[in-house]
Amino acid sequence: MNRRLRLTPLVVVRETLYYAVLVFVALVMALPFYWMLATSFKPDADIFTDPIRWIPQRWTLDHYIKAFTLVPFGRYFLNSTVMAFLGVVANLLLGSLAGYAFARLRFRGREGLFRMKLASLLVPGVVTLIPTFIILRSFPFAGGNDLLGHGGQGLLNTYWAIVLPGAAGAFAVFFMRQFFRTLPEDLIDAARVDGASELRIFWSIYLPLCGPALATLGIFTFQAGWNVFLWALIVFNDPNMSTVQMGLQAFSFNHNTDYGPLMAASVVVSLPVLIVFLFAQRYFTQSISFSGVK
Amino acid sequence: MLHNPPRVSTTAPPTVPRRSRLLRHESRMAVAFITPAMALFLVFTALPAVVALFLSFTNYDILSPVRWVGLANYQRLLTDDLFRRGVLNVAFYAAMFVPLMIVLSLSLALALNRPRPGMVLFRTLFYLPAVTSSIAAATIWSWMFQKDYGVVNQALGVIGIQGPNWLASSDTAMYAIVIVTLWQGLGSNIIIYLAGLSGVPKFLYEAAALDGASPWQQFWFITVPTLRTTTFFVVFMSLVGAFQLFDQAYVMTQGGPGYATTTAVYQIYSNGFTQLRMGYASAQAVVLAIAILCVSLLSMRLNRDVTGA
Repeated sequence: MNRRLRLTPLVVVRETLYYAVLVFVALVMALPFYWMLATSFKPDADIFTDPIRWIPQRWTLDHYIKAFTLVPFGRYFLNSTVMAFLGVVANLLLGSLAGYAFARLRFRGREGLFRMKLASLLVPGVVTLIPTFIILRSFPFAGGNDLLGHGGQGLLNTYWAIVLPGAAGAFAVFFMRQFFRTLPEDLIDAARVDGASELRIFWSIYLPLCGPALATLGIFTFQAGWNVFLWALIVFNDPNMSTVQMGLQAFSFNHNTDYGPLMAASVVVSLPVLIVFLFAQRYFTQSISFSGVK
Repeated sequence: MLHNPPRVSTTAPPTVPRRSRLLRHESRMAVAFITPAMALFLVFTALPAVVALFLSFTNYDILSPVRWVGLANYQRLLTDDLFRRGVLNVAFYAAMFVPLMIVLSLSLALALNRPRPGMVLFRTLFYLPAVTSSIAAATIWSWMFQKDYGVVNQALGVIGIQGPNWLASSDTAMYAIVIVTLWQGLGSNIIIYLAGLSGVPKFLYEAAALDGASPWQQFWFITVPTLRTTTFFVVFMSLVGAFQLFDQAYVMTQGGPGYATTTAVYQIYSNGFTQLRMGYASAQAVVLAIAILCVSLLSMRLNRDVTGA
């Protein structure tokens, strides 16, 4: 910092205004979180007040207890967690396998196949909604189906219905390919000379170098899996399979004015991803720059 | 490593045995490596795209067999006021959402790009909403948009404005959705713009400043043109997202009041999955997908014309 700001009156006013704007925006961005937290801890009588009570005078955990007893929120939580984790594992594994092959192995049609896979990013989710539902429903030998996919409900109302369609997203493949291309190529030759198998080269040499990329992709995939809504709404009609997002939504319909438990449930739904974000925010922001436009 | 294995010169015929054995080995392994990802692509992207087109020419309600009806679904679409309403609502939403998104995210990125203390903290705070789910966000905001006890109207009351009943009035419901989606989408676009800004060469500003260009001129003639690709990316992603608006409209207003926030995807969802008109819903999905494709191609074309000139 060799160029120090000279504090002329004009500069002071300008800088104050500049920070005032930033603080205002930050307040707007943070306000809903604060309001959700504050409401979730207020006793019912204090929720609806005019003027607003910004800081809870009395604290209660009742709404959290209610959130888990009015609806089987624990079950929803388990469902969402299992599906989000399965999604992460599948995407990390399949995405890095394919990404490695597209980045480092030479084979005929490599570019064409990669472009095809990448093109799925351009297919809007709304077109595949109905056909994918039908494909899952008529999956052979699943959920009471016969060979031709008749008879049962296929993979509907199972974790597979969420995990399978997104198990190797185009973004995961693209992201890992970009990362593998930044790693030195010589390692592969050296390892081959030493007689390592291709799978071993991938697993023991290149994959361990991917720590940051895998962490980033894992966080993104977890976030996406945790937040899935419309698709869950379509493939699950068994109440036992509801996700937290569906639970939240069902909540706001059934208990229309019960804002205390609803806000408590919202805290519970938001918390896992927020915690992951706060621990890994360096990865988050860097990887958007990395995968974004350049 | 330098001597072994021997580097095959690039002019050597591709039939050198050692080389081709390695290549064959590599392709075999590559096939094994990409098969899971490509199989999933075939079953859950390529096949559904074809099936969607096929279904759009049929009547299908899951319970009875598929019946071919030709163009009947598309014919019916022409007079479907609800679907038209859904598309118009989405267009209206996009017309507000996309420009606001560009202006806000670019100006906030510019603000964060200045070398001042505290920028990391602000960046974190601005990005925070992007990690919450659209459902949780919509739920919280529904509470904040309450007429009498809502934070939004209370805040407006402080500066002497009588706030409307946001979600219950057909005039304001869509604005509420715009606010929520902006709040949630800003963070990632700010970061994308920050990445773009880091790629603008510093010497351009120095040269321009030497030539006496004002900060405004520097912004207009250096920053904006170099960020063209970034802006294109943000516009493109925002548009494609806007066309598929669903979650917030479903949670905050259930498409109402009086269809004021029903969206195209909302119509497809309710036709396909609550009324089981899957053929008809497929036709709607195909039309929407074509619209998205046209917008994509058009914006790519415009982008090329502008940057390629």
